[in-house]
Amino acid sequence: MNLRFYKKLYLIRRSEEQIVAHYSEDQMKTPMHMSMGAEAIAVGVCEALEARDQVFGTYRSHALYLAKTEDTDDFFAELYGRETALLKGKGGSMHLCAPDHGFMGTSAVVASIIPVAAGCAFANKRANNGRMVTVFFGDGAVEEGVFWESLNLACLMKLPMLFVCEDNGLAVHASKAERQGFESITEIVSKFNCLVYEAETTDTEAIYNLTRQAVKQVNAQLMPAFLRLEYFRYLEHVGVNEDFDAGYRRRDEFEQWLSEDPVSLQRKKLRALGWAEGAIEAVEAQINDKVARSLRKAQEAEFCNVSELFGGVFT
Amino acid sequence: MRRISYCQAVNEAMTQEMERDPSIFVYGIGVPDHKRVFGTTAGLAERFGPERCFDTPLSEDAMTGFGLGAALNGARPIHVHIRVDFMLLAMNQLANMVASSRYMSGQQLKTPLVIRAVIGRGWGQGCQHSKSMFSTFAHVPGLKVVAPTTAIDAKGLLISAIRDDNPVIFMEHRWLYWQEQDVPEEPFTIPIGEANVLRPGRDLTIVATSWMNVEAMKAAEILSRREVEIEVVDPRTIAPLNDEIIVESVRKTGHCIVADNDWLHCGFSAEVAAVVSEKCFGKLKSPVSRIGFAPTPCPTVRHLEDKFYPNAGNIIRAVEAKLELPEMDLSGESFYSHTNRFKGPF
Repeated sequence: MNLRFYKKLYLIRRSEEQIVAHYSEDQMKTPMHMSMGAEAIAVGVCEALEARDQVFGTYRSHALYLAKTEDTDDFFAELYGRETALLKGKGGSMHLCAPDHGFMGTSAVVASIIPVAAGCAFANKRANNGRMVTVFFGDGAVEEGVFWESLNLACLMKLPMLFVCEDNGLAVHASKAERQGFESITEIVSKFNCLVYEAETTDTEAIYNLTRQAVKQVNAQLMPAFLRLEYFRYLEHVGVNEDFDAGYRRRDEFEQWLSEDPVSLQRKKLRALGWAEGAIEAVEAQINDKVARSLRKAQEAEFCNVSELFGGVFT
Repeated sequence: MRRISYCQAVNEAMTQEMERDPSIFVYGIGVPDHKRVFGTTAGLAERFGPERCFDTPLSEDAMTGFGLGAALNGARPIHVHIRVDFMLLAMNQLANMVASSRYMSGQQLKTPLVIRAVIGRGWGQGCQHSKSMFSTFAHVPGLKVVAPTTAIDAKGLLISAIRDDNPVIFMEHRWLYWQEQDVPEEPFTIPIGEANVLRPGRDLTIVATSWMNVEAMKAAEILSRREVEIEVVDPRTIAPLNDEIIVESVRKTGHCIVADNDWLHCGFSAEVAAVVSEKCFGKLKSPVSRIGFAPTPCPTVRHLEDKFYPNAGNIIRAVEAKLELPEMDLSGESFYSHTNRFKGPF
């Protein structure tokens, strides 16, 4: 299990490092909202879910996509906008979608995907298929009306779903103090008929255990759950660079989080569990190869025919 | 065949489809209450239970996304808005999520979602219970917009909308609910995107939407007494627009008036005028004219409301101006109003 965690964490980190390395070549013409720092949440939650379960994300979903699908071919092909991608370049980094893997979609308009997830959960409940729906959103999303509308209806309809608030304390560049007229979102949400959990950790296993517990309770108590999971966004809001010089947050805070970086932390754990350095390196080399192959395939692939512009508005 | 009302036709379409396909459910504010959305959802709660016919929180935005999510997972939801004005709360979901979901997913996702919206006028409904907003929805690629006028069209087009794998906004004028017609009892479909000639004529084409077809038919009936034969074309589908029948008609008559049940500026009437100008240019004997709501919010008091909404009288005057005819005396004519219900048939 710990190895599985590490493989996914490393896959995400490695993939994003390749984006950072190649983005300035200007071949990936799509706004990148990087997941770096958030890997433990995506991996911990997705590992606690079944393969048949469904997830919805935001414009910052590289980690979630890779954690749910483990696919890098389509991932890079879509970032490069090539015809080999499932989306043929119509989605880009912000609108990844792989329903066959249960990655149902995202929205770049904050919170707009939350009610869609609720509808999916309703259909699952009607079909009695045991599928869990998990919707990810940031701490800014709770300021949108539709978040409250969706939470209310999910609680009212007792929908089998998890609301996962990936709390990095920032909406673009604005801190919570600039945005929120309340102290604790979990305290408010706890007044609804749902289960509430929170954690501030970069330990994937801790998030996995918390999510397992949440899933179990959602099924046992027949009500949705809300999880607030804190993390630190390493890079700028959009783009592949740091922006500590912009003055809205501090480097020393970042360094504190970095000292417990989710990927490094999990690697240390493997070592502590007795994995030899060489064995870990072999796993990493395999993943490096996989990412490099996908990247190369994407770079070499063709663009789709322009007639594709008109395809798919309707069935 | 038996004579039923537009309202019953809408109800029958939903009932028959829900019988046929258990993945269909209907929901919205007031859907199962004792008023049953003007009676259009009568009997559904009793027949199909609260699982398939239910009321919702006052959350138009979320409930629209909810419908999309259910549709993505294989259900066929019908979301009902008792006033189209309330649906504007869901514009984000419609324009950002529902419309683009299939396209953005590289055609992996299907969105078989029907949104029924009641439009309509008077009496005294004021500016937030009176809109149509056809062009607002029709402007966004990925949404189909249908506005049937007759009871037959209401049934056939609603069944098509329910069976369609794309989002369809189905707009029902509440004055049309009383209109009666012989409608086949068994389920049938009328294709989305097909116009209908409600009345053949040689002298002038009126392209009318929804309730304005009733006004256009009334105008045509009065004008035929002085041997002016109007052709009334009901596009039935606002988006995607199939202009074939409109173009064919105007090429024949050489004159075109668009009578839209909506505001004019940037509206569907402008779209039709543009299409007709492009495709009938050499055949036009006069510029295309347009009739629609006054360019104001809808007032409440009756005499201002009467001035806000166009009627058959306005259409007759427009026809006379176009054909250079003297104005006829309309003082003896009775026009439709809230107190003078139109009961059809066409």
